[in-house]
Amino acid sequence: MNSFTRVALAPLPILAVLLAGCERPPIQTEQTGYRGTGMEQIYNPRTLKKLAAANQAPAAPAVAPNPDGPKAGATYQNVKVLGDLSVADFTRLMVSITQWVAPQEGCNYCHNPENLADDSKYTKVVARRMIQMTQHVNADWKAHVGGTGVTCYTCHRGHPQPAQVWYAPADRKYKNAVLGNDAKQNRAAASVALSSLPYDPFTPYLKEDQPIRVNGNEALRQLGEGAHRTSTKQAEFTYALMMHMSSSLGVNCTFCHNTRAFQSWEESTPKRATAWHGIRMARDLNVSYLEPLTGTFPASRLGPKGDVAKVNCSTCHQGIHKPLYGAQMAKDFPELGAKTGTP
Amino acid sequence: MAMLSFERKYRIRGGTLVTGDLFDFWIGPFYVGFFGISGAFFTVLGTVMILYGAAIGPTWNLWQISIAPPDVSYGLRFAPIREGGLWQIITVCALGSFVSWALREVEICRKLGMGYHVPVAFGFAIGAYFTLEVVRPVLMGAWGHAFPYGIYSHLDWVSNVAYQYLHFHYNPWHCIAASLFFATTLALSLHGALVLSATNPKRGEEVKTPEHEDTFFRDFIGYSVGTLGIHRLGLFLALSSVVFAGLCIVVSGPFWTRSWPEWWGWWLNMPIWR
Repeated sequence: MNSFTRVALAPLPILAVLLAGCERPPIQTEQTGYRGTGMEQIYNPRTLKKLAAANQAPAAPAVAPNPDGPKAGATYQNVKVLGDLSVADFTRLMVSITQWVAPQEGCNYCHNPENLADDSKYTKVVARRMIQMTQHVNADWKAHVGGTGVTCYTCHRGHPQPAQVWYAPADRKYKNAVLGNDAKQNRAAASVALSSLPYDPFTPYLKEDQPIRVNGNEALRQLGEGAHRTSTKQAEFTYALMMHMSSSLGVNCTFCHNTRAFQSWEESTPKRATAWHGIRMARDLNVSYLEPLTGTFPASRLGPKGDVAKVNCSTCHQGIHKPLYGAQMAKDFPELGAKTGTP
Repeated sequence: MAMLSFERKYRIRGGTLVTGDLFDFWIGPFYVGFFGISGAFFTVLGTVMILYGAAIGPTWNLWQISIAPPDVSYGLRFAPIREGGLWQIITVCALGSFVSWALREVEICRKLGMGYHVPVAFGFAIGAYFTLEVVRPVLMGAWGHAFPYGIYSHLDWVSNVAYQYLHFHYNPWHCIAASLFFATTLALSLHGALVLSATNPKRGEEVKTPEHEDTFFRDFIGYSVGTLGIHRLGLFLALSSVVFAGLCIVVSGPFWTRSWPEWWGWWLNMPIWR
């Protein structure tokens, strides 16, 4: 082997190591814009297969809804939300909820077996509010969930606690020291797809109502009257939220945006409007339904800062741009489609 | 055009790769050769195709004219002329003219008995174009993954393709390529400044020699790569940056479909600090 060959071959082992962290062709693509614009989704078909297996909706109940017969509110005690249902439909929903949320634990996860009407278990109180939240989503957030709607299973997937929720992250030990201030970034957090971007984009946008749209649409608007004074730091928080949205939905930026002009609604895809409503929906659910339950949960269910588990995009989506591939589960449960009980 | 008194002796017959003496002539200062003819053919045909594309397109605005590749649904097949076929012809013409240009350089090198460093270096640039417009689309299964021919439109493509991987700055080959591009400009500017400083002494003083140049860098950073070495270094940096630029795009898609930050999972999961 002459010296030239040796020099030429030297980088090959390095290249092999770097490629070891990669995927392989063939890949799968979906063109979503005019040809040659790069508006495309890029998928690994092997990953899609795994995702599909993990995101199957359970079978619809064997019995159809039956509104006849006595009402649950008249038959049972302490039925505050579903009292207008027939006993048959009430039982049918209870059985389904058990399968969706607590298949291992069964009815007693929420109910006191001595007295099913008893509210002493926090899980029952939370479940009642969550049924109302489901109704609220299906009735008032059609702009995001469309006609598909949601059920308990959309988030719970057979577990008492949805797998993908968020809490305010714990502070670092030396957060008040000079070198301890991480400026809320640089943790390679899963929330932002392992990037260095701010690791908690949820508190400002999905709990508080901070402005997300930081991109100016005019040049040189940093000065004078009506100046556009948004900082790079704010842009990074927006970018962080977008990283979360992309990885939650298993899509890239071009799913919603034509990146040549992120802010332009004219050049964005219609899906951006759905996502816009989704951000507001998540904020509404966190503020109106989940945070008020903080005192109801035992301390062991709260986050490091004592806050309740809250929703973000991945809570429902779990890597798919339509949760459960758009399975029409809610249509089998008309009682989840309209708000009942006292708010 | 006037010919310099010493120029004629460099116009050496022979050294052609194909067609013998047939095209072994000059037009004015320019050597022609077979590859001059083929290069002119592809250039003219390609340019006419672009003009035709502009004529059937929506605009004559120079910035906005765009010849887009076919829809992804065409895969690697031929597309109708107005739906990307034009892009396919122009791509063939572009590669034909680039390769002709490189082989014409080879013929001139052969006439002069020089090494092939210039055509080889240009070959790296052709390789980067070939990677973007042919290798990557073939690996991804459709010509539609290539970039369009237009001043703005190809930049818009770059933006969207980068955001297909959420944050392209985390692409390790992109990091290396960008660093090498910067290193190339640094090396070139240091070299240019050094040569000009040695050849522009104070009024009345003699022009300094390479010994001065070497001494400057030995005093400055402890080492001088030397007068020939700086050109080797420059060529190495420049060609490496092109190689890594080609790598960084060919892995994006065929060998990585997710966000580039997530590629670093293997690093974050190294057992020593996980």
